[in-house]
Amino acid sequence: MWMSFWQWLGQRTVAFFREMGTVSILLYRILIGIPSIFRDHHLVLKQMLEAGVNSLPLVSVVSIFTGAVSAWQAAYQMEGLMGGLVSMNYLGSGVSAAIFIELSPVLVAIVIAGRVGASIAAELGTMRVTEQIDALEALAIDPVRYLAVPRFVAGWTMLPMLVVYSYLVAHLGAYVVAHFLLDVSTSTFFGSVQRSFSIYNIFSGLVKSFVFGGGTALIGCSIGFQTEGGAEGVGKATIKAFVFSSAFILIGDYVLAMILF
Amino acid sequence: MIEIRKLKISFNSHVVLSHVDLTIENGDSIVIIGGSGCGKTVLLRSIIGLIKPDAGTIRVNGEEITRMDRKDLFRIRKKFGMLFQGAALFDSMTVEENIGLALKEHTDLSADEIQKRVQEKLNVVGLPGIEEKKPAELSGGMKKRVGLARALIMDPEFVLFDEPTTGLDPVMADAINHLIIETHRKFNITSIVVTHDMSSAYQIADRIAMLHDGRIIFSGPPSAIKKSELTIVKQFVKGSGGLIHGFESS
Repeated sequence: MWMSFWQWLGQRTVAFFREMGTVSILLYRILIGIPSIFRDHHLVLKQMLEAGVNSLPLVSVVSIFTGAVSAWQAAYQMEGLMGGLVSMNYLGSGVSAAIFIELSPVLVAIVIAGRVGASIAAELGTMRVTEQIDALEALAIDPVRYLAVPRFVAGWTMLPMLVVYSYLVAHLGAYVVAHFLLDVSTSTFFGSVQRSFSIYNIFSGLVKSFVFGGGTALIGCSIGFQTEGGAEGVGKATIKAFVFSSAFILIGDYVLAMILF
Repeated sequence: MIEIRKLKISFNSHVVLSHVDLTIENGDSIVIIGGSGCGKTVLLRSIIGLIKPDAGTIRVNGEEITRMDRKDLFRIRKKFGMLFQGAALFDSMTVEENIGLALKEHTDLSADEIQKRVQEKLNVVGLPGIEEKKPAELSGGMKKRVGLARALIMDPEFVLFDEPTTGLDPVMADAINHLIIETHRKFNITSIVVTHDMSSAYQIADRIAMLHDGRIIFSGPPSAIKKSELTIVKQFVKGSGGLIHGFESS
């Protein structure tokens, strides 16, 4: 039994490092291929439209309710658990800091992991199992340059933009709840937001979103390129891309929090 | 000329090709036959560098491709066109975009010139006027013909055909065979066709090579394969069950 455990552990360790090696090589090939985006600007714009503009409705819904629920929960903590010791004058500060540092970067990244990362894996996986990627190779077109670089650049650049958009919408959601349901005046809410406002909070959130956006696209591309086993394989690749991207975002969030704060 | 020497390819310790020696002269129309899973497609893919061999060499016009870097390999691939078994058309693109992609990527031709060349190739394969269609709107036979037009668009020296008639009805299969013969003659290309369809092989081939147990066990003109004394060749040509393990005939 112990032998099989060690065998299993050894196999998993080797598989992990092989996977990391594959992803690292792909990242290297993408990075050296980035100058091609000027030539392939039409491909990049298409992916930016898909990853960014087409994600706006979903990001809007997620952000407005994230802001709303965080305002409601913050008020509950202040009034209920803390017995009113903390004034509602601080509601905007608490909610705003949470939105800038954690809520918008992480939740929007997870939404994008589901919508964009998984779709990249499914699209490239389908291309792999139907020999379309081999056809690109046969036409002397580098699939990394043609398929992965535009998706990576789109993920890397559009997620920070979506996060900035999410900052605004989430604050709007929080304000609506604070003003109409909790009777916090507009000047009190936004005055509180302004008092705690720090450009470093926005910077840290954007740093996270750059990392999460690039990472999500990279994971989607890597898993898509390695897909095998027909329709079943594409299904597995899609799930794997979402699970790995989500884990990457949550672990990465912790690591970046340690570095940035 | 393509020269394959001592080629060995395995996947996860399963040896698919153990020792392949094959020479394909310029202008040849060679058909590689063999049972399902014998490694015909693997051999075809290795010729264009889609699969790296474990050992052996592949020379294309004297240049050894198995150890080439990607840049040089891409230069060599521009000499090739390939028709995949399922056509492998890019399903997000129209027929025109599919066929014209290589020209757009590798030449400075204007959009009008590319469109003109695409129309020419569509005429060659007998499908004028379908430029704006998506692959999902095409039948299996049309996909293969569009795939052939895409393979021919760069006026290649060598065209590789992976099971070109598989999955087609006999009439369409015959039409594809005639297209292969016609394009071979008209454009003076070297055709390398992989199939297990003997009627296709007899129609298309100047020379037939048979792959079995990871080796080329027969190579010669179609007239010679019919007279071969090798049991395995005879069984394959006649379509008897001797190749299947457990059904070994005397």
